[in-house]
Amino acid sequence: MAQNTRTVPAGTPTNVTQNHTKGGIGESTLRPDGTLKVTGEFAYSSDMWHEDMLWGQTLRSTVAHAEIVSIDISEAVAMSGVYAVLTYDDLPAEVKNYGLEIQDTPVLAHGKVRHHGEPVALIAADHPETARRAAAKIRIEYKELPVVTDEASALAPDAPLIHEGRDDHHSGHVPHPNIVHRQPIIRGNVAAARERADVIVEGEYVFGMQDQAFLGPESGLAVPAEDGGVDLYVATQWLHSDLKQIAPVLGLPEEKVRMTLSGVGGAFGGREDISMQIHACLLALRTGKPVKIVYNRFESFFGHVHRHPAKLHYEHGATKDGKLTHLKARIVLDGGAYASASPAVVGNASSLGAGPYVVDDVEIEAVALYTNNPPCGAMRGFGAVQACFAYEAQMDKLAAKLGMDPVEFRQINAMEQGTLMPTGQVVDSPAPVAELLRRVKARPLPPERQWETAGEGADVRALPGGLSNTTHGEGVVRGVGYAVGIKNVGFSEGFDDYSTARVVLQVINGEAVAMVHTAMAEVGQGGVTVHAQIARTELGVTQVTIHPADTQVGSAGSTSASRQTYMTGGAVKNTCEAVREKVLEIGRRKNGSYHPAWATAELLLEGGKVVTDGGEVLANLADILEGEEPIDLELEFRHRATVPFDLVTGQGDGHVQYTFAAHRAVVEVDTELGLVKVIELATAQDVGKALNMLSVVGQIQGGTTQGLGVAVMEEIIVDPKTAKVRNPSFTDYLIPTILDTPTIPVDVLELADPNAPYGLRGLGEAPTLSSTPAVLAAIRNATGLELNKTPVRPEALTGTL
Amino acid sequence: MRVNFTVNGRPQEADDVWEGESLLYVLRERMGLPGSKNACEQGECGSCTVRLDGVPVCSCLVAAGQVEGREVVTVEGLADFAKERAEHGGCASGACGTSLDEAKKWQARPGQDSQTGEAGTDPAALSPIQQAFIDAGAVQCGFCTPGLLIAADELLERQSDPSDQDIREALSGNLCRCTGYEKILDAVRLAAARQGEAV
Ligand code: FES
Ligand code: FES
Repeated sequence: MAQNTRTVPAGTPTNVTQNHTKGGIGESTLRPDGTLKVTGEFAYSSDMWHEDMLWGQTLRSTVAHAEIVSIDISEAVAMSGVYAVLTYDDLPAEVKNYGLEIQDTPVLAHGKVRHHGEPVALIAADHPETARRAAAKIRIEYKELPVVTDEASALAPDAPLIHEGRDDHHSGHVPHPNIVHRQPIIRGNVAAARERADVIVEGEYVFGMQDQAFLGPESGLAVPAEDGGVDLYVATQWLHSDLKQIAPVLGLPEEKVRMTLSGVGGAFGGREDISMQIHACLLALRTGKPVKIVYNRFESFFGHVHRHPAKLHYEHGATKDGKLTHLKARIVLDGGAYASASPAVVGNASSLGAGPYVVDDVEIEAVALYTNNPPCGAMRGFGAVQACFAYEAQMDKLAAKLGMDPVEFRQINAMEQGTLMPTGQVVDSPAPVAELLRRVKARPLPPERQWETAGEGADVRALPGGLSNTTHGEGVVRGVGYAVGIKNVGFSEGFDDYSTARVVLQVINGEAVAMVHTAMAEVGQGGVTVHAQIARTELGVTQVTIHPADTQVGSAGSTSASRQTYMTGGAVKNTCEAVREKVLEIGRRKNGSYHPAWATAELLLEGGKVVTDGGEVLANLADILEGEEPIDLELEFRHRATVPFDLVTGQGDGHVQYTFAAHRAVVEVDTELGLVKVIELATAQDVGKALNMLSVVGQIQGGTTQGLGVAVMEEIIVDPKTAKVRNPSFTDYLIPTILDTPTIPVDVLELADPNAPYGLRGLGEAPTLSSTPAVLAAIRNATGLELNKTPVRPEALTGTL
Repeated sequence: MRVNFTVNGRPQEADDVWEGESLLYVLRERMGLPGSKNACEQGECGSCTVRLDGVPVCSCLVAAGQVEGREVVTVEGLADFAKERAEHGGCASGACGTSLDEAKKWQARPGQDSQTGEAGTDPAALSPIQQAFIDAGAVQCGFCTPGLLIAADELLERQSDPSDQDIREALSGNLCRCTGYEKILDAVRLAAARQGEAV
């Protein structure tokens, strides 16, 4: 047989492991943007700068519900340095509202404001201080309206309607126009099952309003273009969703709004909705100059939706031997003034409301309300978090009533592969709920009274209250608590969820180099790292560049719902596979006659070479590509189809994939001052396949910490009389510091999901679910108190409420 | 007003500064040094931490006028600052800070793709704490990172082998929303260990 001089001679098989491409999937490859981020050179959205740029500023309502009687901008316009002042009347197009699913959110308030902090006017000026001063000069006369702040006031017979004349696709089936969406889930016969119960427990649980509190403020730069369009550089979670909402209100075709992702300083769901995007574009188009908007922290608390606060009523029954008989639950989510993601949050809270447990007889009802509270929408864990808080408290109550160990009780009822969800959907991939619990429980407990030092009394830094030196150990008690949760991955309920990836493979300086171009928002989760790993694995190349994310390529969908590694990762994988086919086609054309394996064997790309599955090297990738046009493909990837839940019974295969995490919390409580110190938050999670263990562990620890935050300190406080936000600052809205955060040992399980790319499981959200109830369980265990509300404040522990 | 001060060893002059402008604003918007981050602008998050005459401060709380004639080190100058310190035997020698001659050589690294960082920054150009943050996975979104680096570097300057409690205390003024801090602790421990080995 003729030999191709450019290949290793046939008959001398090369062990492919020697050609293994470094930095592929499964390796803890380092972030490609790491160096820029540690040197301060990475350009976040608030770092954008343009010659001659102006600063935009939003004027927001100071009241929660009011008619706007008049707006007087004359003084503001007259100020030197002010280039534009815009109100509702200046909106250029027919379309004046936007929204993720229901277009009910005004770009600028018209006629009415519906929540504290709603945008009313915009200013562009030459200095941010000029803009702020101009905003202060705008006179608005409000006629205040009664506020709707809870279920009672929202559903009262004479309740003011937050959105009069609703005609969205949910308005036809909701029992009251102040209900955004309602989803019942009904299965089996709860009345009959209740008869079999030996014990029944009930509980009313209250989940406070949490904020995503990403550190990088909402910000971006809009640059007017010569063609009458605009270029927008912005931090977001989903460029194409933004584009769909921005273009119509600007009155521009989508091609004239070109979006590029700028550096994103965290998101956690808070950037799924539009914030300053449209405002900056409006000001840029009006003034003809680049306009930068950067929210300060105060405005950031008004500039994005929060996690839905919830009231949850749960009833569970169980038999003496510890088997769950039934579940009845009602979950009321406060969606605030605009719909945002409320309908989907309702779908998740209801369909995941029974938790990762086998329970055949179920009646769950979830609703989201329209109120005059701040709008709520997406945040890590999305509806499943609130439910997990309640059902896990119930599990502990049941176990206590039966005199059983709380972990053992959960394990008896733990779902597994093959279990039916309350929606009737079969859990068709591994569901290692009992095993995750076993793992966190089996871990040795941290030593008791670690703050005691030999001879010198206490190291107060390790005690609740820390250096503020409030206790030396008197009255400090320890508790241990467990929790486990279930979360869906990806967009559910029949949503056409897809992602797009473009991959270019070519020879540069004698080496095969791949370029991956997607519109995926890298918000810190590490997508850029795994995309390069996937391309290296699939194409056998070392050099992979990641093209900046923009709208010049198809949609990647949202960086949310734990879906990006699955979806855009899946798209990169699929596109690379198609590129590989092209490579092999060219290879066959050029070299096929030299070796029979070209025609017969399964061929791989490894270490820059084409090899057979037996490890024999057929050609160098670079040689095949030399002299060819770059291979340039763009393909979409879809996960398996889902269906909407039935509106009456809630039945239907609504979810794509489930993901599970468990926690064990160890806390110490100073019972005198009501201070809590979390000592350890051990975590176990099934990730299907860890594409990058370093990132996986980082995601799990970060999610766990956000759950800890809501357990003991995080809450946006809204005045129940006026619906005004009381604590929009990092002084008053507390997020965990390094002193509040314990060690978080992580135990990762990898049980492949046969339906997912590489068998992976979306992972970012699950740890946020069970961390909160585990901490609550530990505090209850330490103190013997009921504690049905997040966050646990000192008053709740000292009885001084 | 006009403010004259030294940034990363280079004498700088800012004109037309408003009385109300913070050091953070002047660095970011007037000097073109956006490395110090603006997350709260009220001293709560530490993202804007810089060293002012060697002392870590929240630059959002420092009025621009207060830095007249003083020395500021930002994350952009951290690598050179740390190198200088290493070469001169640390702070005890009184050589803390960057000498003017050294600093004059400072320049921004060559242009890169800001989204991917693929184009080559020489890793040897990083300070030990910067490299440790990358290696330990302590960077996710990275918005907190510049402030944390300045604070952690100052800790390691004072204390070559800090305990976990020391690290937690030193970094307690810096919020991070992404990482859960565990890997940040790892990074500081790693940098301390590498420094220990190097001695
Ligand atoms: S921006 Fe200065 S402390 Fe937060
Ligand atoms: S890495 Fe995002 S805030 Fe720390």
